Amino acid sequence: MEVLDLARWQFGITTVYHFLMVPLTIGLSLLVAGMQTAWVRTGNPRYLAMTKFWGKLLMINFAMGVVTGIVQEFQFGMAWSEYSRFVGDVFGAPLAMEGLVAFFVESTFLGLWMFGWDRLPKRVHLACVWAFSLATVASAYFILAANSWMQHPVGADLVDGRPQLTSIWAVLSNSTVLAAFPHAIFGAFAVAATFLVGIGAWRLWRSRADEGTWRASVRLGAWVGVVAFAGLAISGDLQSKLMFEQQPMKMASAEALCHTEQPAGFSIFAVGDVSEPDCENVKSITVPALLSFLAHGDFDAKVTGVEDLVEQYQEKYGTHYPVDSRLGELSGQPIDYVPNLPVTYWSFRFMIGLGAIGTFAGLAVLWLTRRGRVPTNRWFPRLALASIALPFVANSFGWIFTEMGRQPFVVAPNPSGVDGVWMFTARAVSGLTVGEVLTSLIALTLVYGVLAVVEVVLMRRYVRAGISESGPDSPEKKSDDDNLTFAY
Amino acid sequence: METFWFVAIAALWFGYLFLEGFDFGVGMLLRLLGRSERDRRAMLTTIGPVWDGNEVWLIVAAGATFAAFPGWYAGLFSAGYLPMLLLLLALIGRGVALEWRGKVDTDRWRSVWDTVITGGSLVATLCVGLVLSWNVLGLPLDANGNRVGSPFAALRWDTALGALAVTGFALVHGAVFVALKTEGPLRHRARRFALSFLPVGLAPVMLLAVVAQLRSGAEWTWLVVFAVLVAAVCAWVCLEARREGRAFALLGVVLSAAVLALFGALYPNVLPSTVDPAYSLSIADTASSPYTLTVMTWVAGFGAPAVLVYQGWTYWVFRKRVLTS
Ligand code: HDD
Ligand code: HEM
Ligand code: HEM
Repeated sequence: MEVLDLARWQFGITTVYHFLMVPLTIGLSLLVAGMQTAWVRTGNPRYLAMTKFWGKLLMINFAMGVVTGIVQEFQFGMAWSEYSRFVGDVFGAPLAMEGLVAFFVESTFLGLWMFGWDRLPKRVHLACVWAFSLATVASAYFILAANSWMQHPVGADLVDGRPQLTSIWAVLSNSTVLAAFPHAIFGAFAVAATFLVGIGAWRLWRSRADEGTWRASVRLGAWVGVVAFAGLAISGDLQSKLMFEQQPMKMASAEALCHTEQPAGFSIFAVGDVSEPDCENVKSITVPALLSFLAHGDFDAKVTGVEDLVEQYQEKYGTHYPVDSRLGELSGQPIDYVPNLPVTYWSFRFMIGLGAIGTFAGLAVLWLTRRGRVPTNRWFPRLALASIALPFVANSFGWIFTEMGRQPFVVAPNPSGVDGVWMFTARAVSGLTVGEVLTSLIALTLVYGVLAVVEVVLMRRYVRAGISESGPDSPEKKSDDDNLTFAY
Repeated sequence: METFWFVAIAALWFGYLFLEGFDFGVGMLLRLLGRSERDRRAMLTTIGPVWDGNEVWLIVAAGATFAAFPGWYAGLFSAGYLPMLLLLLALIGRGVALEWRGKVDTDRWRSVWDTVITGGSLVATLCVGLVLSWNVLGLPLDANGNRVGSPFAALRWDTALGALAVTGFALVHGAVFVALKTEGPLRHRARRFALSFLPVGLAPVMLLAVVAQLRSGAEWTWLVVFAVLVAAVCAWVCLEARREGRAFALLGVVLSAAVLALFGALYPNVLPSTVDPAYSLSIADTASSPYTLTVMTWVAGFGAPAVLVYQGWTYWVFRKRVLTS
């Protein structure tokens, strides 16, 4: 085991975990803000009940988002210090902005919202929840800009072997982030939407109490889910086109496309081992010419395969790693430019496929609950609950694809821009001992595992309790004097 | 501009220690001062709306260091790997414990999370103190800014002093905060604790300032070290006179003087090396390009005042003392 492998596992585990909380926080906070707005405008107590119930689940989840986020921020310095030294001039700025502009707003206004129900005028209190939820969106923008720079470095010059920021606007308006941001936000809505549908449907089925509230939640969720998937497909298509230009190897490996093809088909399903180097043993079901269309918007375009790309990469970036002790056992070894094909191939398919299933589920729910109907089939609540997992998993696969498809680079070379700004992952890692990284990998994984269990248990309790008894802060139980009642 | 950012990062440290100092303190004292469930809930309610905002000061301090002095950030965080890990684990436990403790209504549940809050706060202050004193007193760094030797090579008595200093300060600060924000017996217990513990708690702060001063201070910084002492005495006097608000503010003076003394002794280095002074990382070695710093200055110029305003407003909204009966 090398420090590099451990650090990669650690980063992968902790970010994917962080990104389980993130989309739920983003999507749900915006929906809760909408619910509260509806309440303030109409005075209908149903919307207040929705705000309180979903707001409670949001808070349970938010705490986890915060604590796992700190780990991410520290990890760049702790485990990827060479990376931090190399990119700090460019990459640090969006990260610092995220903290200064977004996290401060997020955390402060969430506190005001949680504890301010009986302290603040209604409209000010409503403004707090909006400030909070818009700040989560802003934080997503900054961090995605930072991540997009790693996929497609822009706005920098190479000075003394290190990229130096020349234009912050270029970094913040990177074409990659302009496509990735809507994609990630729609992904967040997809998560929040099935969350509403799944839990609401289960409640609806279980008892007739508060039926109107649950119906409203379920239908809201189903609509949002359907719209979100449409948004995901459109923004995802944009991302594909950019990726063909910016990271051709990633797209070729998404398809496990060995040979250059014209026109290229889109493989839906493959039988056999897609990582076979000779590429001959794979039977796959292909939609003719669709890949060409995804890549260039033209059914007849040429798509370059992995084999040809490897030659191009070797020409540009060398065939062997330099001899350098900091590269560990990779020092002087041949460079493998092909990402892990089974992972990229399947994660790309699962992202799209699970998202699509989630949408069909949403459409089905809209149909089943049309005009005041309540489904009575006992499979309905179970399937609805199970489908909550789909967009979570789709999101994780999206990231796994994006990040693994970039290997062996941590900062991917940019065929369309600044020359020389790129970095091998192997060169990015800190000079730590295996023991240290192993300790942190095990400790973080265990702690995260325990937290996941507690979070699910807590959420289940709240869901079971429903609206009228949802904790010590239900609206009736509050009086102006006793300010201990809320939240603790 | 580089120096401005050095000062800004010192200011962020101050903001972090001042704000999260009291919520760490409240966490550590939860069992000691909170005799009943109502007391403990009152104590947690004093920090409930603000602790997360306080923690963001740490996040921004780290982010600003990353952006303005990448080499500093990379060196400190990777050389201090294990304490950083411990800090993260403590912050994770404490954060979720604060949010989750009230979510199930049984004594056992609450008691588990109370232990996590207390333990997490304690471990976190110890680690923050350790890291702060490493930063000021030096780490065994080689010419590339990487640690030489084992993960434990940097543990020394003088850095243990830093751990005690931050923990001691947080205990005093937290007790004064509880006295300031509650009523009744809890308030009196907190005040009495603060009065008797203040000399013990602040002594390591004083000592740390003196050590840093002896290592690499200038003459004017002796004045600052002296200010630490004076402010601490004044804080004690105010507490004695039941002026908790003033005492709290004076603790801020103690802290700002201490931070000034430490970062004053550090300047113009950002991370000294104990292996060879020539390997020490300085402001000039690690600063980002002028363009990046300019961008950051603009962002901070607009962002920081806004943060102060709305965080200040939060404290205003929740200014009422929390009642325990
Ligand atoms: C697309 C969105 C997104 C992505 C890719 C990431 N995060 Fe995140 N992060 C958020 C969206 C978000 C958020 C929605 O703003 C969170 C989640 C829940 C929350 O509390 O805020 C958050 C919380 C959060 C916090 C705590 C903030 C607080 O105390 O309020 C930190 C320090 C980070 N994140 C840092 C990171 C880093 C260093 C990442 C890169 C690996 C990262 N996040 C990926
Ligand atoms: C600004 C945002 C992000 C940055 C800067 C970033 C950076 C990195 C870095 C430095 C690595 C380690 C090197 C490597 O193995 O490639 C990595 C790996 C990884 N990241 Fe990201 N990442 C970001 C966001 C995310 C998110 C949100 C996720 C998913 C939830 C994610 C998933 C992964 C995975 C799965 C790996 C492991 C890849 C591998 O081992 O090959 N990343 N990323
Ligand atoms: C038609 C459907 C979709 C298409 C064509 C599509 C396309 C893409 C592409 C090309 C990328 C890689 C971007 C890059 O590496 O630069 C990507 C990333 C990603 N996808 Fe999708 N996607 C689709 C559906 C979904 C669904 C349903 C979800 C989740 C609910 C999802 C979540 C993500 C996430 C989280 C990322 C990584 C972050 C990012 O780059 O924004 N995608 N998608």
